[in-house]
Amino acid sequence: MQKRALFGHRTLPYLLLTPQLIIVLVFFYWPASQAVWQSFLLQDAFGLSTTFVWFENYIHLFQQPDYYQTMANTFVFSAAVAFLSLSIALLLAVMADKSLRGAGSYRTLLIWPYAVAPAVAGVLWLFMFQPSLGILAQGLRSLGIPWNPLLDGTHAMVLVIMAATWKQISYNFLFFLAGLQAIPKSVIEAAAIDGARPFRRFWTIVFPLLSPTTFFLLVVNIVYAFFDTFGIIDTMTGGGPARATETLVYKVYQDGRLGGDLGGSAAQSVVLMVIVIALTAIQFRYIERKVNY
Amino acid sequence: MSVVLKDASADAQPAGEARGIRKSFALLVGRRSPHRAPGNGGMVERHRFGNLIPHLILLLGVAVVAFPVYLAFVASTHETALIANGNMPPVPGPHFLETYYKTIFEGTTRSTREPVGTMLFNSLIMALGIALGKIAISILSAYAIVYFQFRFRMTAFWIIFITLMLPVEVRIYPTYKVAADLALLDSYWGLTLPLVASATATLLFRQFFMTVPDELVEASRIDGAGPFRFFKDTLLPLSRTNMAALFVILFIYGWNQYLWPLLITTRDDMQTIVIGIRKMIVTSDALTEWPIVMATAVLAMLPPVLVVILMQRLFVRGLVETEK
Repeated sequence: MQKRALFGHRTLPYLLLTPQLIIVLVFFYWPASQAVWQSFLLQDAFGLSTTFVWFENYIHLFQQPDYYQTMANTFVFSAAVAFLSLSIALLLAVMADKSLRGAGSYRTLLIWPYAVAPAVAGVLWLFMFQPSLGILAQGLRSLGIPWNPLLDGTHAMVLVIMAATWKQISYNFLFFLAGLQAIPKSVIEAAAIDGARPFRRFWTIVFPLLSPTTFFLLVVNIVYAFFDTFGIIDTMTGGGPARATETLVYKVYQDGRLGGDLGGSAAQSVVLMVIVIALTAIQFRYIERKVNY
Repeated sequence: MSVVLKDASADAQPAGEARGIRKSFALLVGRRSPHRAPGNGGMVERHRFGNLIPHLILLLGVAVVAFPVYLAFVASTHETALIANGNMPPVPGPHFLETYYKTIFEGTTRSTREPVGTMLFNSLIMALGIALGKIAISILSAYAIVYFQFRFRMTAFWIIFITLMLPVEVRIYPTYKVAADLALLDSYWGLTLPLVASATATLLFRQFFMTVPDELVEASRIDGAGPFRFFKDTLLPLSRTNMAALFVILFIYGWNQYLWPLLITTRDDMQTIVIGIRKMIVTSDALTEWPIVMATAVLAMLPPVLVVILMQRLFVRGLVETEK
């Protein structure tokens, strides 16, 4: 990262860096290291003394059946959101890529949900599926489905998945459309001349060429489902009923809010940190490979 | 160009990635791809029904995406009792002005006592604070890292770079503790400062500065300009589009924050609109004033959605460039 023409000022670069470094140290490094440190401590019931307990908090955490339930929830939720929002977005992007008249308007009409806050998206979907007065809930009732996300864990999970998917389609659509438009038309025309039907052309040529975009989006979607959906879950179900929609991030929040187990909550945070770092590393590895092409 | 590439592989920085996607976005944002024949799909076969099916699928997609918002708008124009009975008509009613007036200037009768106007103002301050704050501190530190030769240059770069790894959600309580110790609870500083701490913007500016030709520095040196003048007269004007694109993304990011403001605000008059809406929903359904909740939802969506629609090019550009 060397530039040829550099300034050789003594103090100026430090002054320029100071604001960001202070903020990063105070609001990032200090809290993050606190979380790691606390995860090795055990506080007594009155919060008067703490002892260093090595990995006891972690062992305790992984002995709780609740924690595995939460992990399973997170997995189901993330997989469903990623799969649904990617497939729907891909379908729409392929349709919009057919050089249609009005493709630009379709794009505008499809991308705006990106700007809707997750919590607001949650409220919108809650209103439609609210068991007693929601329009769609009434529709489900009249079809004979005993819809009640306030009592039925599966219904609640379906509800949060729908809201989270709705919000993520726009993002995926935008990137898929860009990926599709970068594929040279000549490749597809060559296949058409060879007699490949549109459906076959898509799966044997377009989809493989799109795989870098798909993989990139997959990671982004998992990160989204893990962390950015907090607002959706909090407004729609509050993690309930009976923890059926509690994800890992939500559990950290819940356990910390109830207070008490500081070390356990910190241990959960550290597990989450490891997950994010792993996801980020996967993303970077893939990027490096692409650069080497 | 080669400088940037070498650099990307040297410190695992996603320059190449961003460029790859950016190229395809150039096609998306700008003119159509040169590979394409104009008109209806080039020489790939035409269907007898034209593009009827793609149009139908897209229209269905648009309808599904818009439906929840349409319902929210409709609900905000009817009376509370009508909706509580589960008899909401599918078309807007006559209470539009009444509901929005009450929402903005008075708020709900029972659950929150705060007018949504205040919340909108708080959200605006938070979103602007995060967007402008992040841009300001990032452009300065990127300038230092790219254009100056000093001892801890790489150290500073890595200290900032690593913050990409952890979103605020995973270190939420310790960060809350810091904010509480610094007496930042229930303050605009508390709402904005901790969310300003991240690397995305710095990396973006750094990447952009690397592509600025070195001749410009030499030229301004010949003119007798020091680092200040070069920054003000050359680099800032060149960065204008990048700053605007970044602003659009960061404004949306700031406006939509949820977990952090939820923790850090306890006073009703410090709530942002996204938090306020949550508190309007009462567990007992009969008491929830849905028209006001839905009017608040519409008001909460309006600013960021307008930003996306009106500044679509900048939005797309910002989205691609800030994506790690």
